[in-house]
Amino acid sequence: MRPELSSIPRLAPGVRLNDKNAKSRILLMPESALQLNGPSFEIVQLCDGKHTIQQIAEKLHVLYNKAEPQRITEDLLGYLVLLHNQRAIDF
Amino acid sequence: MTTATLTPLVLVAELTHRCPLHCVYCSNPIVLTKRDAEMPTETWVRIFEEAAAAGVLQADLTGGEPLTRADIVQLVRAGREVGLYMSLISSGLPLNEAKLEALVEAGLDHFQLSFQGANAQTALEISNTTSHAHKLRVLDWLKKWHVGVTLNFVIHRQNVPELGRMLALVEEHQPSKVEFASVQYYGWGFANRGALLPTRKQLDHCVETLKAAENKMRGKTRIVFVVPDYYAKYPKPCVGGWGRKLILVSPEGTALPCHAASVIPGLRFENVKEKSLHEIWENSTAFRRFRGEDWMQEPCKSCERRHQDFGGCRCQAFLLAGDASSTDPVCSLAPTRHRVDAILGATNQRPPGPWEKPNYLYRRSPA
Repeated sequence: MRPELSSIPRLAPGVRLNDKNAKSRILLMPESALQLNGPSFEIVQLCDGKHTIQQIAEKLHVLYNKAEPQRITEDLLGYLVLLHNQRAIDF
Repeated sequence: MTTATLTPLVLVAELTHRCPLHCVYCSNPIVLTKRDAEMPTETWVRIFEEAAAAGVLQADLTGGEPLTRADIVQLVRAGREVGLYMSLISSGLPLNEAKLEALVEAGLDHFQLSFQGANAQTALEISNTTSHAHKLRVLDWLKKWHVGVTLNFVIHRQNVPELGRMLALVEEHQPSKVEFASVQYYGWGFANRGALLPTRKQLDHCVETLKAAENKMRGKTRIVFVVPDYYAKYPKPCVGGWGRKLILVSPEGTALPCHAASVIPGLRFENVKEKSLHEIWENSTAFRRFRGEDWMQEPCKSCERRHQDFGGCRCQAFLLAGDASSTDPVCSLAPTRHRVDAILGATNQRPPGPWEKPNYLYRRSPA
């Protein structure tokens, strides 16, 4: 399922960012954990039930202003579908 | 290989061996810990603190039935406070709505609910306890809370025909994850293997059905199928490799590298009441025994897959080959693979069906 740019992603039940020890860029899920490298950490932080995908994309366009914006949006959508299929986020 | 960089990521906390169910494939050891030998709340709280400090990310509270502990809410809170991702691995049986609310409020992240089948009669035959209807109630209660839910269906020869009805349950309730976990053969499962090992035809049916279900449920429920080791071509990286990721603490405080490790003779396991978790992880002879590659024999020693599967399961090597440091006999390259093939040959000659009346050895409950 490809989400709309107006969709608002949020972490699924049972999924949260590691908040206590040093390895903080880790997404904790039932019986697994994802290491969040590079922009994936910023993206997951913005999956807070407040930002639309369009708004997340715009923030990434600013953060990574050397890359083609359309390409960033495409990559973002691909990553969100991946997270959705792993049941890490809901739209 | 250097082992200094290995940190434990998962703590399996076997809080008790008491359980209202008597499942014929229980992963607990045959010799169970008695109630009066169980560790008190404060010792478990210390273990959670030590685990978090050692790098552990997730704690699986299990048993027996962890809900039989009167201090279960307190333990969930203590683990969550030191930053651990708290999972409860439960039959759901001693649960009511108020207890569930208290657990969630204390910080429970994830509830794994076990199912013995898709109908009450199968569940009764496997667990020797009436439990199925209550589990369905628990499933409804869980939907009210923001907590991860995994359903765990244990799959074997006697309940493969119910697979479709299990999937109907999954579609109806849409948990975030469902595991169809084939029985593996250690402890009680090993004792009941003749009645539980599926045929090749049953396994093929499971693979096909669950593949279709996976596609259908994508984005709703993540479906995981764990095949029986005996039918695998290569062994699994058991517990992610011995002493590489997981540490299990038994109800009386014994620290083990896996659920079944106590069957292996000659290993000396240490107790968390006497030493810190970190010290045991680093220095215990039992944890070091099969860590890395020095212990390996051929064909593992020179096998290019040794970094992926770490030679497979040590307990299975002991149980089937009589030598815990030999290649896991389920591996197609193992010199003892013929023993597994002989077991499968006998299994596949007997067609499964309602005419089978297994004479189960039920898991007992400790005093």
